[in-house]
Amino acid sequence: MGRYIARRLLIAVPTLIVISFVIYAILALAPIDPLSQFGADPRVPAEVRERIRESLGLNQPWPIRYVKWMTSMFRGDFGVSFMSHSSVGDLIAQRLPNTLAVVGVAYVFGVLMGIPVGMISAIKRYSIFDHAATTVAFMGFSVPTFFTGLLLIIIFGIKLRWFPFIYSSTTQVHDLDSFVFQIRQSIMPITVLGLFNVATIARYVRSEMLEHLPLDYVRTARGKGLMERLVVLRHVLRNSLIPVVTLVALGVPTVFGGAIVTEQIFRVPGIGELLVTSISNGDIPVVATVVFIFAVLVVTFNLLADLLYAVLDPRIRYT
Amino acid sequence: MRRGFALAVTATMALAACTQQPAASPAPSASATPVAQRGAGGELKILYWQAPTILNAHQATGTKDNDASRLVLEPLASWDKNGQALANGLAAEIPTVANGGVAKDFTSVTWKLRTGVKWSDGTPFTADDVVGTYTYMCDEKTAASTVDVCEGVKSVTAKDPNTAVVTYSPAQPFYFQWGVGFNTPIIQKAQYANCLGVKAKDCPADLKPIGTGPYKVNTFKPGDVVQYDLNENFRDPNKPFFKTVTLKGGGDAASAARAVFQTGDVDYAWNLQVEASVLKPMAASSTTGRLLTSYASSVERLLINFSNPDASLGDKRGEPDTKHPFFTDIHVRRALAMATDRASVASQLYGDGLTGKATCNILTAPTAMESKNSDSFDICKFDLNAANKELDDAGWAKGSDNVRAKGGQKLKILYQTTVNSVRQSTQAIMKSNWEKVGFQVELKSVPASTFFTNTSPDGANHFWADVEMFTNSGDPNPTGYFRGWTCKTATGKANNWNGSNYNRYCNPDFDKVVDQMAVEADQAKLAQLAIQANDILIKDVVIIPLINRVAPTPDGVSKALKGIDVSGWDSVMYNIADWSK
Repeated sequence: MGRYIARRLLIAVPTLIVISFVIYAILALAPIDPLSQFGADPRVPAEVRERIRESLGLNQPWPIRYVKWMTSMFRGDFGVSFMSHSSVGDLIAQRLPNTLAVVGVAYVFGVLMGIPVGMISAIKRYSIFDHAATTVAFMGFSVPTFFTGLLLIIIFGIKLRWFPFIYSSTTQVHDLDSFVFQIRQSIMPITVLGLFNVATIARYVRSEMLEHLPLDYVRTARGKGLMERLVVLRHVLRNSLIPVVTLVALGVPTVFGGAIVTEQIFRVPGIGELLVTSISNGDIPVVATVVFIFAVLVVTFNLLADLLYAVLDPRIRYT
Repeated sequence: MRRGFALAVTATMALAACTQQPAASPAPSASATPVAQRGAGGELKILYWQAPTILNAHQATGTKDNDASRLVLEPLASWDKNGQALANGLAAEIPTVANGGVAKDFTSVTWKLRTGVKWSDGTPFTADDVVGTYTYMCDEKTAASTVDVCEGVKSVTAKDPNTAVVTYSPAQPFYFQWGVGFNTPIIQKAQYANCLGVKAKDCPADLKPIGTGPYKVNTFKPGDVVQYDLNENFRDPNKPFFKTVTLKGGGDAASAARAVFQTGDVDYAWNLQVEASVLKPMAASSTTGRLLTSYASSVERLLINFSNPDASLGDKRGEPDTKHPFFTDIHVRRALAMATDRASVASQLYGDGLTGKATCNILTAPTAMESKNSDSFDICKFDLNAANKELDDAGWAKGSDNVRAKGGQKLKILYQTTVNSVRQSTQAIMKSNWEKVGFQVELKSVPASTFFTNTSPDGANHFWADVEMFTNSGDPNPTGYFRGWTCKTATGKANNWNGSNYNRYCNPDFDKVVDQMAVEADQAKLAQLAIQANDILIKDVVIIPLINRVAPTPDGVSKALKGIDVSGWDSVMYNIADWSK
């Protein structure tokens, strides 16, 4: 096992280097320009733009910029944002709590809800609950979040005025009131994202369970006279969860990546929102860093998922 | 300043280019609207769908940054809505030749500063800070986005602690170039002592500048939100009215409009670029908010390419010395102008005065400089028959495909603009009319961030198309604006596609008028020249103006909010000290 992990980690290094190179090359070659924000504004004339470009280091050839960026990354320095002149690390640190508070909670919610819903759906197959859950899951899976988001805003934010639709990142939870406010302002984005997560996981769990329920070992367990509850929870669920664990583990990096659309709609200043505005602003250091961190997380959680697989399924042994 | 319709670009507001106007009114003192009591107003909520990323206007990359900075950092004086200097900043009065503030030969301006002004950290403000601002922003290595106003400024010196002298060389008839409007906010010398030159690039002060304005920064999260507190050291003891201000950024214009018109969640929503058909009923039925509509010089226009954008030219593609295959024929240009239905665009897409009104002038403000002549120009009237006749007479005959041609050259137009629903609808209206008179029109739309850049072959600068459309605007003194159609500013490979004359229009007669404008100090004569310049561009169909757009931006404000007096020439926040409820 130890050798396996070491080997995987060693492979990860060149993988990440290649990924970082591809990210940087795409950004450098794409027609995005941090100065496009000035539009055709004549008060920022040609020479000024050139000077600003030079001060941002953009006059150097991109392979050189890439090497500089990579080496400072190794030192833990993510560089400085073109737009705000503050360190990219600080920007990410400011955004991460919001992303975790919304996207992270929605993910946890999705997992906690999705597994029991999928399980009950499978056991009570073709019951009313199953039909309802499958329908909702189908909708949650297929209706895009920008649609559900806008729908919720119009119904609960504007018509009923129950929840604010402008997320305030400066809210500090220190008493009950502020906690209630925090819940009120996150409930709509969490619902939108949570619905999607529940749908994905419930569908997965349901089909896995259905696959396992008719198998011989389940019949044996029942034949031993085990209680149905134990049969389902200890045998069927445990085995069905193996692929689900992989799915959940691989989903964790997407939490970090934020929810680009949902964050934008509800004005949640998370990582996804940072990424998308940085792309449109041509803020290359921010985009490169966020995407790269995302890549690191994907590689890491991929490894983690593989290891978990071995833990959950004794038949699998890595050497 | 070309204001893109779309996201990102709104960047620019009017103002401030190289040459402005000796417009000096003995301005009313800082208090335009008396505010009852300092800090009585609780929280003021402002919503921008573009979030500020930096609070030092000298490093701004867009209006959002200029505006967010203006609550804290003030210039010597502001531009009011008539394009006149207004002494609501750090200057005690507006210098004029009459009061001795301006040298008769226009080589120097002596600014008398307010006495007893303190920075928000309690230290006194002096003329040294004005000099410090000059040193900071005019150092090329600082790479300030405001450096353009330093052009021709020989020095800024402190005569005494309350007097700053700006010296120009050569003489500058537009002597307010440095000091007025959002391009010259005064920063604290001490705070920026370690941020000069190359060190300006990552200066912590940019995120929390100390200012003299009515508010000071409490918390700033770049790209998200700014929280301001009242500045206890503000010079006017009765102002500002609000205890705190929250400027939240992000999201989209449509829900921002809802927040001000339907729920009243915010007091001010910036730049509501929403389809007129949606915005109009929302604003009309609102009990909580109203739409601010003020006009200046923001004009949505069509540019006609005088160079040859044909890809087969290779290296010569779009260079100023190439000739367009058919737009060099004035009759073709005239026909295109006559087939342009600006009235429909104004009523269907801009709500007839809601967010813009039809215009056939490229310079629409200041009022005294707007041409009245264009009303009578035949090319300013939408007339498909006249357009057809013009082309028939010039020998452009319709083929079996309904496309006109002459000598094998077809009238095929590639028409580009930014991705934006209003612009795409405008394109559709143009296309249907132009095709009726025998043009073949292909439409193209490019994301604003790619369009407004000199590096992209799809951009407005390269203009590798036949017609393109965007918004731009001038300054209180339009000389710099008109310079954008002179021969030597033609964009091309030689200047790395950074020239402002995207049309690659070159007309020595026009250049002569602009040269005269640059040395004209008399406002009436300047207005005459400006009208002349405008009329040349319109009659020669270099540009086809479409819509005079609300300036700076169509903003929504709470009906309860008082004291807002938008100037199309300065930041919307220029008089925020006077806002109250």
